[in-house]
Amino acid sequence: MYGNAYIDPNEKAAGILAGEDMQKLAEFEARIARGEKIEPKDWMPREYRKQLIRMIEQHAHSEIIGALPEGTWITRAPGFKRKLALMAKVQDEVGHGQLLYSAAETLGKSREAMINDLITGKSKYSNVFNYPAFTWADACVIAWLIDAGAIINQVANAKGSYGPYCRALDRICTEESFHLKYGHDNVVTLATGTPVQRKMVQEALSRWWPPIMHFFGPSDKISNHTEILMRWKVKMATNDDMRQQFLNMYVPKIWDLGLTVPDAKLSKNEETGKWEYTEPDWDEFKRVINGDGPCNAERLAVRRNAEERGRWVREALNTSESKYMVPFA
Amino acid sequence: MNNTAVKELLYKMADDLLIIGHRNSEWTGLGPILEEDISFSSMAQDKIGQSQALFQLLHELGEQEPDTVAFARGAGQFHNCQFVELPNGEYDFSLIRHFLFDHADQLRFEMLANSSYEPLAKVARKVKGEIKYHVFHANTWVVKLGPANEESHTRMQKALNEAWNYALGIFENGPYEEELKQAGIFDGEQVLFDKWLANITPHLLKAGLMIPLQDTWQAVNGGRYGKHTTHLEPLVEEMSEVFKIDPSAEW
Repeated sequence: MYGNAYIDPNEKAAGILAGEDMQKLAEFEARIARGEKIEPKDWMPREYRKQLIRMIEQHAHSEIIGALPEGTWITRAPGFKRKLALMAKVQDEVGHGQLLYSAAETLGKSREAMINDLITGKSKYSNVFNYPAFTWADACVIAWLIDAGAIINQVANAKGSYGPYCRALDRICTEESFHLKYGHDNVVTLATGTPVQRKMVQEALSRWWPPIMHFFGPSDKISNHTEILMRWKVKMATNDDMRQQFLNMYVPKIWDLGLTVPDAKLSKNEETGKWEYTEPDWDEFKRVINGDGPCNAERLAVRRNAEERGRWVREALNTSESKYMVPFA
Repeated sequence: MNNTAVKELLYKMADDLLIIGHRNSEWTGLGPILEEDISFSSMAQDKIGQSQALFQLLHELGEQEPDTVAFARGAGQFHNCQFVELPNGEYDFSLIRHFLFDHADQLRFEMLANSSYEPLAKVARKVKGEIKYHVFHANTWVVKLGPANEESHTRMQKALNEAWNYALGIFENGPYEEELKQAGIFDGEQVLFDKWLANITPHLLKAGLMIPLQDTWQAVNGGRYGKHTTHLEPLVEEMSEVFKIDPSAEW
């Protein structure tokens, strides 16, 4: 899992490039156009650095917050096989968080500052984790479909321009592909299991469908800002394109399992090749992303509490001999 | 060879590992630093995997499937020591428990690697390679946090004091100690305890931590005979919550 970063399409493009050295900017853009990677010590425009920090940081936060709804099912997982696999999966996610915080640190913001912004609510994480995982089947649906969505996003971003982020994503995607298999295997087991299990997984899918549709974010308005970010290979695909790709890959698989997607309008238009669906409730999306979802307060409280309880350990590590090191890129 | 004695030995070890693994896994997402989340999760996976291997040996001796035994018993049927079932508390307590328990388990598996009961000896030879890293992790952190600053020292000493008598309960004699010794299967808890004390002492000294005075030692026993604290039952209920929806279903 789990990353996707929400870039506000309404942010004004004006002023983004103000004060930049135009010659350096041209060289920078030429490098990206040639497919070169930008490395931490290379020159980069302020806006590039800012957006990357925001994006990688949000992705890292999503990993560690995403570990919470799934993590609560580790202690309940039914049987050795599932328990061991879920532990390994959630451990991977936390590891992705660690990797991504390191990638973001190469841009000049410390992990501590990022985590601080997370727990004070200044910095966002993937909206889906503001919803609860009510049953074991919810954890299975998350592992399959949210991870599937994340892979689409991450495979796209891995072709981006910032070297440390791309390298982190390459590794993350490899691990995610196992998570996807794990999630799919779980959902198949439930969907082909007893009536109780089938009911559990259908209910979980119905609950998670709206957050899944929200996952890639609202349609991008083609603003100057989006255009620049796409030219700089910070943003690699539009939200709608990624959503279409997801529907195309996974709706047939969901239907194959005899499960019902709770959207009567959902169908593929054979002429356009595009999926048609009921427009997700974007007001709800905005409400939840701004803090008013079913689990926002709980997730942040848990994270804040963990930070608070662990403070003495971090202080004990912070001795006179220890010094801050920017991670290797 | 007395299967009952071997089973009793396997059950207590498997239950210790299952329960401590479960507790370790509760740190997932909540560690004091991300690296410790990952470490505790990693050790939890090893412990749960090791318990599964021991339940498999029990299955080969005629007990039910590992999943059924692990996920469908009541708390009173567990033979783990009470130490492992205690809640995680703060990181200081979890770390001290990890240190005390893993030193004991390392010695136990080293001892069992030479057991005359070959199926167990084989598992033990694999497991001791894994536990080596758990012990290394525990030693590193105890020695780091023990003397780091006043707060960490106070916390670690307090945790050691609280954990100590429970830790002594790891070495509660089972009902078949003599049979196991005579058959060359297991050298017994007393031998293990003596080695354990000798092994942990230098690390605690280095960490500036004091073992509680001997006249206060009072092992918290009973776990090996199914007597538990009030903490085990909710743990077992949580662990089996989904499995018990339909124990005959494939999950």
